[in-house]
Amino acid sequence: MINVEHLTKRYGDFTAVNDISFEINEGHVYGFLGPNGAGKSTTMNIMTGCLSATEGHVKIYGYDIFEEPKMAKKLIGYLPEHPPLYMNETPLEYLQFVGEAKGLRGAELKQQIDQVIQLTKIQNVKNRRISALSKGYKQRVGIAQALLGNPKVIILDEPTVGLDPIQIIEIRDLIRELGKTHTVIFSSHILSEVQAICDRILIISKGKLIAFDEPENLEKLLLAPSEIIITTDATAEEVRDILADISHIVDIIFEEKTSEYLKAHIKTDHDNIYDISRAVFSAFASKGKILLEMSLKKANLEDVFIELMESSDNDSTNNSADESRNDSFRDSASENFNNIESKENTTDINSTENDINSTYIDINSAEESEAAGK
Amino acid sequence: MIAILKHELRTYFHSLTAYVFGAFLLAFVGIGAMLYNIQAAVSNFEFVLNFGSLIFVVIVPILTMRVIAEEKKQKTDQLLYSLPITTTQVVIGKYLALLTVYLIPLCIICLYPLIFSNFGDVYLLTAYGSILAFFIMGSALIAIGVFISSLTENQGFAAGIGIAVILLNYYSVSLSEYVSSTAYGAIIAMCLIIIVLGAVINHLTKNQKLAYGICIILIAGTMAAYFVDVTKFEGLLPNIMKKLSLFERFNVFVNGAFDLTSIVYYVTVIVFFLFLSVQSLEKRRYN
Repeated sequence: MINVEHLTKRYGDFTAVNDISFEINEGHVYGFLGPNGAGKSTTMNIMTGCLSATEGHVKIYGYDIFEEPKMAKKLIGYLPEHPPLYMNETPLEYLQFVGEAKGLRGAELKQQIDQVIQLTKIQNVKNRRISALSKGYKQRVGIAQALLGNPKVIILDEPTVGLDPIQIIEIRDLIRELGKTHTVIFSSHILSEVQAICDRILIISKGKLIAFDEPENLEKLLLAPSEIIITTDATAEEVRDILADISHIVDIIFEEKTSEYLKAHIKTDHDNIYDISRAVFSAFASKGKILLEMSLKKANLEDVFIELMESSDNDSTNNSADESRNDSFRDSASENFNNIESKENTTDINSTENDINSTYIDINSAEESEAAGK
Repeated sequence: MIAILKHELRTYFHSLTAYVFGAFLLAFVGIGAMLYNIQAAVSNFEFVLNFGSLIFVVIVPILTMRVIAEEKKQKTDQLLYSLPITTTQVVIGKYLALLTVYLIPLCIICLYPLIFSNFGDVYLLTAYGSILAFFIMGSALIAIGVFISSLTENQGFAAGIGIAVILLNYYSVSLSEYVSSTAYGAIIAMCLIIIVLGAVINHLTKNQKLAYGICIILIAGTMAAYFVDVTKFEGLLPNIMKKLSLFERFNVFVNGAFDLTSIVYYVTVIVFFLFLSVQSLEKRRYN
C-alpha cells in the first residue's frame, strides 16, 4: 500500500511534479505513462527517497519515506532509469554488496542471491565483469538488485529503454512474472508496453496526474469506433453516390490519390460500426463496384492518451473540451508528441501484424531515446 | 555501514588505488629512513615522518578523489540513496575503508623503529607517539579529501583541488610570514573570508537572505571587536594561518611532546569535514 498525497516538486520556478495524489494497492502491476519530461522519474525518485519533495507525503505501508526512511526503504526495491551498477564488479559481488546493505546475512543472503539470479536468468554471466555485459543483462542485474531483500513493492523506471525487441519481450515477461508475487510499478513512455502488462495505468503529463484507471476503462472513455477506411477503384463521385443512401454517415474524407486506387475515411455516429460496414459492403456490391479493402479504425489507448494530453493542455488554455475531439487538432497533437509513433490500430484480418508493429515501434522509440541521450 | 566498508575495501584492492597509495607512502618513508637513519646515522625516527609527510600532498588526493565523485558519475549514488542505510553510514563506511587502506602501510612503518633499535638507541616513545600523530594527521587530510570528492563528479577535478588545498596547508606557515600582520590587514582579510563564507552558504542553501544575514552579522561582529580592542587584531592573520596548519601541529610531536590539543584539533577537523560530506550528499537530494 502506497499513499502519495499532494506531492509537489519545484526546481526554482519550474514545477516538475504538481500536486499529485494517488493510492496504490497490493498485488497489481501499475504503469506510469507519460512523455519524456512529464515528471515520471521525479515522482519515482521521490517515492523511493532518492529525492526530497517540496510539498506532500509518501507513505509506504504507513511509513513516511522522509520520516522513517529505514523502514519504508526496506519495503521498496528500486531500479532507477540508469541502472546503478559498479562496472568493475561481477554481478555476484554486486548483489552481495546490495544484499548486505539491505541487512541480509549469511545463509539468507546466499539463498536470496541464488533466488534472484535464477529469477532474472543471469546464471551464465554472474562471474563476468558488469562492464562487459550487454545492456539487457545490465538491466537484469539492476532488477535483481531491486528484488533482493524481498521487498513488497518493486519500482522500475523505464526498464526497457534501449533494449532490443527480444530483450524487451523478456523483460516484460519478467515484469509480468513479478507482478504475481509483488506490487510492481514501472514507468514507460511507450504506450503499447504499458497496455500489454499493466492492470492499472497512471498517465502523467507536465507534472500532473491526468488519469488513473484500468486500461479497459480508459479505452471506454473515448467514444465507440467511428471510422471505416475503404480502398476502392471507384472515383470519389461514385463513392459519394453509392454511400448517399446510407444513414448515419456523417462525413467522407478522401485521401490524396497516390496510386490508381482511392482511399476514403467514412465517419459515422452509429453505435454499432458493423451495421455501417455491412451497409457499405452491400451498397458497393449492388452498384457492381469493387471494395478492395475495408478496415475499422477502433479507439485505442493511444487516442485516449492523446486526448487526455490535449484536454489537460486545454484546461490550461481554457479551451472547450469538445474542441479536442476535432480530428485535425488531434493529428497535430500526435505530430508534436513525437515519442509515440502514431499507428493505425486497424482491425484487419492479420491481427498478428499488430504485434509485430508494436515491437517495431518500440525499437524506434528506444532508438530515439538513445539518440536523445547522446 | 559494514556492507559499505567491505564493498569499498574490495574496490580499493581490486583496483590499483590501494597499492599505489601504499607503495608511495612506503617508498617515501623508506627514502627518508635511508637519508636520516642510515646515512646521517640519526636515531630519531620521527624526523623521517616529518620528511615523509610531504608525500600526503600527492597520495591523499589520489586515494580520495574517486570516493564520492565516482558514485555520482556512475549514478550509483541513486542506489545508496534508495538502500535502507543513512547517508551518515555511507560516509562513515567509506571513511573507515580509506583509513584501513592507510593503516596497512603504516603497520609496516611501525616495524622500522623496532628494527633500528636493534642497532642503537632509538627513542621508541617519541617514535611511536609520532607515528600515532602521523596516522591522525593523515586521517584528517583524508577527511578533507572525502569532502572535496563529494563536491564534484569529476575525479580529476577532485584530485586537483585536493592537491592545491593540501599544498596550501603544507606551506601556510611559510606563507604566513609574507601576509600582512597589521590590524588593518587582518580586518580586511576577515571581511573577505566572511564574504566567501556567505557565498558558499548562498551556493549550498540557495537562501540569499540567510547568506546576507550571516555575512552582515559576522562583519558587524568583527568590526565591533576591532573598535573595542585593536591590539587583538595585530598579527592575527599569520597566527590563524599557523593555527590552521595541520602539518605545523605535527612538528610538536616530532619535537617530542605529545600534544593533546593538536589531537583534539585533528579529530575536530575529521568530524567537521565528514559532517560537511554528509551534508553535501544530502544536498543532492534537495537540489
